Amino acid sequence: MKEIVKKYVIDEYMEEGDTIAYDTPLISGGIVDSFSMVSLKRFLENKYNISIPDDDATPEAFDSVNKIVDLVNRFIKK
Amino acid sequence: MAYSDKTKGIYQETLKGIRDAGLFKVERFIHSTQAADIEVEFPVGSTLKKAINICANNYLGLSSHPDVIKAAHEGLDVRGYGMSSVRFICGTQDIHKELEHKVTEFLGTEDTILFPSCMDANAGFFEAVLTKDDVMISDRLVHASIIDGIRLAPAIHDTFKHSDMAHLENKLQLHADKRLKVVITDGVFSMDGDTAKLDEMVVLCEKYDAMLFLDESHSSGFIGKTGRGTHEKCGVMGKIDVITTTFGKALGGASGGCVSGRKELVEMCRQKARPYLFSNTIAPVVVSGVLRVLEILSSNTERRDKLEKNTEFWRKGLKEAGFVLKDGDTPIVPVMLFNAKLAQDVSRDLFEEGIYAIGFFFPVVPQGQARIRTQISAGHEIHHLEKALEAFRKVGKKYNILGKTKEEIIQMYGN
Repeated sequence: MKEIVKKYVIDEYMEEGDTIAYDTPLISGGIVDSFSMVSLKRFLENKYNISIPDDDATPEAFDSVNKIVDLVNRFIKK
Repeated sequence: MAYSDKTKGIYQETLKGIRDAGLFKVERFIHSTQAADIEVEFPVGSTLKKAINICANNYLGLSSHPDVIKAAHEGLDVRGYGMSSVRFICGTQDIHKELEHKVTEFLGTEDTILFPSCMDANAGFFEAVLTKDDVMISDRLVHASIIDGIRLAPAIHDTFKHSDMAHLENKLQLHADKRLKVVITDGVFSMDGDTAKLDEMVVLCEKYDAMLFLDESHSSGFIGKTGRGTHEKCGVMGKIDVITTTFGKALGGASGGCVSGRKELVEMCRQKARPYLFSNTIAPVVVSGVLRVLEILSSNTERRDKLEKNTEFWRKGLKEAGFVLKDGDTPIVPVMLFNAKLAQDVSRDLFEEGIYAIGFFFPVVPQGQARIRTQISAGHEIHHLEKALEAFRKVGKKYNILGKTKEEIIQMYGN
């Protein structure tokens, strides 16, 4: 899952040739803005067939690939 | 009143931060009418300097056209100065409706509603027509006023990479379940001067049942064979659901804007758009001027044809001189310098040579893409453009950037 999320973030938000680590800050690092979180959230919901409530879709929860994977896992297990 | 030392200090610190970052904006005072030849006071208090203006949105040279001025005078005499009311109380004159009809005719749409500015049209539209069950999908380079409108709307927002149709299609698929979808783009992008792929966007919007929103502020009056806009150029007149545009650029350059498009959408704006409901509309004097502008543009294509020729001459001249340009065929011709300080230095030196052109840098354009944005007008004569080219060559030579590639310029000056 980590690789899938990382690839999505790179393809979606970064310039060609740029990359990130699993713990690179995405929101606080300015790579993903709050507008763009919408598409990230919808991508995760469609891909993993889950529903992430708006209250859980916080900038903190989306701030790195690792954190996103934790968030998704939380809802897959529910 | 409590404007304490603490409060004052906070603002002084913030302003200092803006200055220290090199982002502090200052105005240059023009003592003449807006035209190709202007007289500028800069810095404040200095003697007036004659300059050729190549950074105005005065694409058709109509800002000070005698016929437009005459029509504005007549409007002032006959319909007065102001309305002292919003439209739906007692602020609508016959000429406001007449202008809405004329704009509808000119753009080839179903209906039109005037706004105090296109900023207001963009800020008010989305909130008026969308709900939380809808989605707005915008090109990543749309104008700031659209972003403000999007922020005010209850619908969710997503973006697609600039002019990337495959990415747009992905997003239309991702949001297929939404009640309403609106794809949002500028016709001509103000910083790069490139044109939206409207023909392809229309096909995608039809395929995925999405409305298409188009901001024509940098297109209306001169893009397309008869100047109707990007939709004319791309062969999709009648297929755009919403067009917003301004009367503050090519169409006389004073102020005012509109939403023009599907009847129901325009009516929704008339019922719900807050800048329409809670602000006076365009002053009668301006309405009279714009009516005359549309008359001029509907009678012949002389001005947009001249603008096209001037643009070709200008682009060719800059290319031959060895500048790096953004590709395109619109009168917005960005001369790429990549480094913010270089852009400011070149702008200052051009002004010394009598050419008024402004440097743009982050955050107005992306980091590392500093530039001088030049804008050509039908009000320019070839001798204006020749003089400006001569100044550009001289300043370019001084900074050793003529014939250099992007990489070479960045190597010399950084980005």
